[in-house]
Amino acid sequence: MNERIKPIVMPKWGLSMSEGKVTGWLKPAGTRVSVGDEIVEVETDKIAGVVEANEAGTLRRVIGAPDTIYPVKALIGVIADDDVPDADIDAYVAEYATHAAEEDDAQEAGPRYEFVETPAGRLRYARRGEGEPSVILIHGFGGDLDNWLFNIDALAEAGTVYALDLPGHGQSDKTVQEASLAGLSAAVTGFMDALGIASAHLVGHSMGGAVAARTALDHPDRVASVTLIGSAGLGEEINSGYTDGFVAAASRRDLKPVLEQLFHDPATVTRQLVDDLLKYKRLDGVDAALTALAAALFAGGRQSAVLAEALKATETPVLVIWGESDQVIPATHAGVLGTRARAEIISEAGHMVQMEKANRVNELMLAHIRT
Amino acid sequence: MARKISYKQAINEALDLEMRRDPTVIVLGEDIVGGAGAPGEIDAWGGVLGVTKGLHAKHGNRLMDTPLSESAYIGAAIGAAACGMRPVAELMFLDFMGVCFDQILNQAAKFKYMFGGKAKTPVVIRAMVGAGFRAAAQHSQMLTPMFTHVPGLKVVCPSNAYDAKGLLIQSIRDDDPVIFCEHKALYGAECDVPEESYAIPFAEANIVREGKDVTIVSYGLTVHRALDAAEKLAKSGVQAEVIDLRTLSPIDWDTVVESVENTGRLVVVDEANPRCSIASDVASYVAQNAFGALKAAPQMVTAPHTPVPFSPVLEDLYIPSADAIAAAVNKTTARALAA
Repeated sequence: MNERIKPIVMPKWGLSMSEGKVTGWLKPAGTRVSVGDEIVEVETDKIAGVVEANEAGTLRRVIGAPDTIYPVKALIGVIADDDVPDADIDAYVAEYATHAAEEDDAQEAGPRYEFVETPAGRLRYARRGEGEPSVILIHGFGGDLDNWLFNIDALAEAGTVYALDLPGHGQSDKTVQEASLAGLSAAVTGFMDALGIASAHLVGHSMGGAVAARTALDHPDRVASVTLIGSAGLGEEINSGYTDGFVAAASRRDLKPVLEQLFHDPATVTRQLVDDLLKYKRLDGVDAALTALAAALFAGGRQSAVLAEALKATETPVLVIWGESDQVIPATHAGVLGTRARAEIISEAGHMVQMEKANRVNELMLAHIRT
Repeated sequence: MARKISYKQAINEALDLEMRRDPTVIVLGEDIVGGAGAPGEIDAWGGVLGVTKGLHAKHGNRLMDTPLSESAYIGAAIGAAACGMRPVAELMFLDFMGVCFDQILNQAAKFKYMFGGKAKTPVVIRAMVGAGFRAAAQHSQMLTPMFTHVPGLKVVCPSNAYDAKGLLIQSIRDDDPVIFCEHKALYGAECDVPEESYAIPFAEANIVREGKDVTIVSYGLTVHRALDAAEKLAKSGVQAEVIDLRTLSPIDWDTVVESVENTGRLVVVDEANPRCSIASDVASYVAQNAFGALKAAPQMVTAPHTPVPFSPVLEDLYIPSADAIAAAVNKTTARALAA
C-alpha cells in the first residue's frame, strides 16, 4: 500500500450514523487541496455537512457519486501528490473495499449510549477515548449530546471525552429538579461523582457554556479549564425569537424557521433534524422542562445570569469560540473577558459553530486542553 | 430511550402508560383479558392477536372482558365516556362496526353538537383494518371512509410503531370520539420508539420521503407499498415524495397541497374501495384547490370495487401493489416524458 495515497472516506458523524449520501463535490478532480479545504458535501438522515481535507495534495479521484448513499468509512475520494502514478491509485482503490469492511465490524462492536443514575435523575451520555484528562461536553438549551457529533471523536485524541444529556434534554430524565444554572451545574457535578471523575475540562455550548462557567466558579478544584462556545452567561442579550420560538413551536412548519437561526447556512437544517427535534419536544415533560428553564434563564429576552466579571476573577483557563454570524447570542460577547481568555471568532458560522466549522473548533479545543 | 419495538407492542405500551397516568382510562373488549381457548390462567392471551397481553396483570379490573355483543359494550364505552371516563374499547375487526353504528354515529359523534358543546365523549374505539391476513370478506375491509364521512368522529390509521404509540396516546387524551384503525398486517413491523410517553397531534401528515417529481399520498399499510414504489421509480430517475396522512379526520390538507404545488403530480393510494374513498377525497380536494399546480390528472390506486376475496391469490392482487403505484406515477409523468 502506497503511503502517499490518502483516502477520503464517508465520515461517521455520531454514534447512530451508518451511512451518508454524497450530495455534491465542492472541488473537481485534479484540484490541489490544502488541509481544511471543504471538499465534498455529505448529507445524513440527521444533518447536512461538509467533509474537509485532512491531507494536502491533489484530489486524484472523485469516487462518491452525487445523490448516492455510501456506508460509513467507504472510500469516496483519493488525495495524492501529482507524481504518484495512476496505476498505484487504481490499485489502492481496488484494494480499499476489504479494509472498510473489517474496520466496520470493529466499530459496530463499540459502545453506544450509556446511562448513569445521579441525584439529578438518570442521565444519558456517550464516552469516547481513554485515560487522562477527562473532557465533558455540555450541550445548550433544547440540545443533546449529538450536538457534539463532529467533535467527540476528534477530542478523544486528548483523553476521555464524555458528552451528556442535561436533565430535561435528549434521553435523560425529563424532570428538571431545579431549573437554574446552579441546578444544571449540580447535575454536571453529580454526573462527575457518579462516574468517578475528580476533575475535567468542561466544554459548554450556549446554555451549556453558562453551566460550565457556573461549575468552574463553584468548584474550581474540579474544573481544569472551560471552553465557552457561543456561550450564554457572558452578556445580557439573547435572541428571544429563538428561545421562545423553540419552546412554542408545535409543528414542523413552526420549528424549521426557528432552527434555521442556529446555522450560518440554513440549508443545514434537514427534514430529519426538524423531525428528530419535534419527536424530542413531544415527549411528556419536555415542554415543562424547557418552559421552566427559559423562564429562569432567558425571561423577557434577557439572560438572567451574567458570569463574566466573576469568571475574570478566577484562575481557570478559558477559551471562547463564537460563530461570526451567530443569530442567537451575539458574537460581541466573545470579547467581554478581555485578556482573561483566548477568544476566537470564526467566520461563515452561526450559533452551531462546533458543527459548522468542526475542524477549526476541534483544533482550538485540543490546543486549549493540552496546554 | 428509544429502542425497536413492534406496532403491536407500541399500542400495548401506549395503553399501559396512559392507564398509569390517568385513572379514568379503562379498556374493554372481547377476550382482551383472558382470551378464548386460554389454558385457564388469567391474562393468558390478551385479545385475539395479543395486543393487550400483560395489561390485566398491571391494571387489574380496569380491563374488562365483555360478552360477544359489540352493540352492548361499544354503547357502554360511549356512555362511560359521556360520564367522565376515558374508555378504550377494542372492537377486534372494524368490519363488526355495523352492529354498533347507532351508538357511534348517532350518539357519540353527536353529543358535543346536540348538547351545545357542554358534553364531551372521550372514547377511543380500536379496531383492526385491512386485508392480507387471509381472513376473508368480513374481517379484512378498509372501512376508513365510512367514518371520515361523519362529522364529530376523528379517524386515525398509523403506518408504523412510532406513530401508533403517539397517536394512540393523543387519541386517549382527546375529548372527541376517535376511531383508531390498526392495520393487522403491520402488527409485527418494528421501528425506533421512545420508552417515554409522547403525543402526536392530529392533522399532521408525515412526509416519509422527499421528492420533486410526484406526490404519493397514502396511509396505513400502503405507505410501505408507496415507499417501495418510490424506490423503484428512483432507479428510473423519478423522485417521488411520499406523504403518510396518519390521521384521516381531521386531515392535513396543507402538507398535501404544498407538496403537489412543488411536484405538480398526485397519486393517491388507498386500500379502501374506490368509490367515495380517502383517495377520491384527496384527489378532488387537490383538483379543486391546487388545479393550477397540476401537470397531469391525479391518479388513484385503490382496491377494486369488490369484497376482499378469500382466495389468497386474489387477495394479494386486491391490495394496491408497489407495481400498480409505480404504473400510476408513470401515467402522471407520461406526457412530460413524451414531450
